[in-house]
Amino acid sequence: MMISTLILGITLLLIGIYAMLTRKNLIRIVIGFSIADTGTHIIIVSLGYIKGRTAPIIDGAVDAANAVQRVVDPIPSALVLTAIVIGLAVTALMLSFVVEMHRKKKSLSIDDYQELKW
Amino acid sequence: MISRILIILGMVGLFMIFLPIITNFHESQNLRELAVNYVEGSVNELNTPNIVTSVVVTYRGLDTLGEVTVLFLATVGVGLLLKRRNGKQVRRPVSELLQTTSSFLFALIIMLGVYIFTHGHLTPGGGFQGGVVIASGFLLMMLSNVNVKINRTVLHVVESFSGTIYVLTGVVGLVLTIGFLNPKFLPLGDFGHLFSACAIPVIYSFIGLKVGSELTNILDTMGGE
Repeated sequence: MMISTLILGITLLLIGIYAMLTRKNLIRIVIGFSIADTGTHIIIVSLGYIKGRTAPIIDGAVDAANAVQRVVDPIPSALVLTAIVIGLAVTALMLSFVVEMHRKKKSLSIDDYQELKW
Repeated sequence: MISRILIILGMVGLFMIFLPIITNFHESQNLRELAVNYVEGSVNELNTPNIVTSVVVTYRGLDTLGEVTVLFLATVGVGLLLKRRNGKQVRRPVSELLQTTSSFLFALIIMLGVYIFTHGHLTPGGGFQGGVVIASGFLLMMLSNVNVKINRTVLHVVESFSGTIYVLTGVVGLVLTIGFLNPKFLPLGDFGHLFSACAIPVIYSFIGLKVGSELTNILDTMGGE
């Protein structure tokens, strides 16, 4: 069951990297980064899942005594939790770079920015 | 042409790198030893029902400090790149209906955000989620209201203040207990109550304030374009 989620995550990651490598439009490169980011999150979360268990929060469904037998791995959830917010901020930073580049050369095509090419 | 071949080769290579993850995947039946330690420690030593919160704030506290730093640097980068412009945008005046409703909703959204980060140790949620909810409230105001002016000084003060307090709380933990960002210098309290779980709600509230003000800052800067 979780293997399908894992394959989905890896597919998204590969699609994102492919988009970053082949697209010419700067905005589309940023979108590719976002897709790859989401794929990574799905991979990490699917690695921590255990079948038939619930979220690692002690409440009516999970009592404190046998929490170890009832909850999924909390570490991947904690890592992804922060990674989502960081991904948002990094995407914002990349978009500001795009805005600044467009202001300099009035172009969104990566082919017009040859300065760092070798 | 040659670049296309290289790209396809690179993609195949990446797929080969990820293939072992798929072929060696087997559904785990039990928690790993580290996770067992975290779950038991969170319940018995920290009195925190939300185990993810205790991992984020305490066991992986240094990671979280690093993540907050990355967030801060991204905000600084956005602010540096998009300098404030005084170009007046011409926008249609807002209807009274939209203005009133959005002001009303704004208060509720901020309240929900504060609730999410103060109850981060009890319910699903915490500083990062609460901060994002608060920033979404400010986004609603920016989109729906022509004359909204966000006081940037207040934003910067809140951001620096909460960031400093966050690090200082870590130092207090270093002085009074055994380690940096150790929250055990406050009493444990009763399991499942708002004032419990040592200093975890305090730390997470300041993270929430910091994330909220930083994301609002990003939105404000990008909205000025």
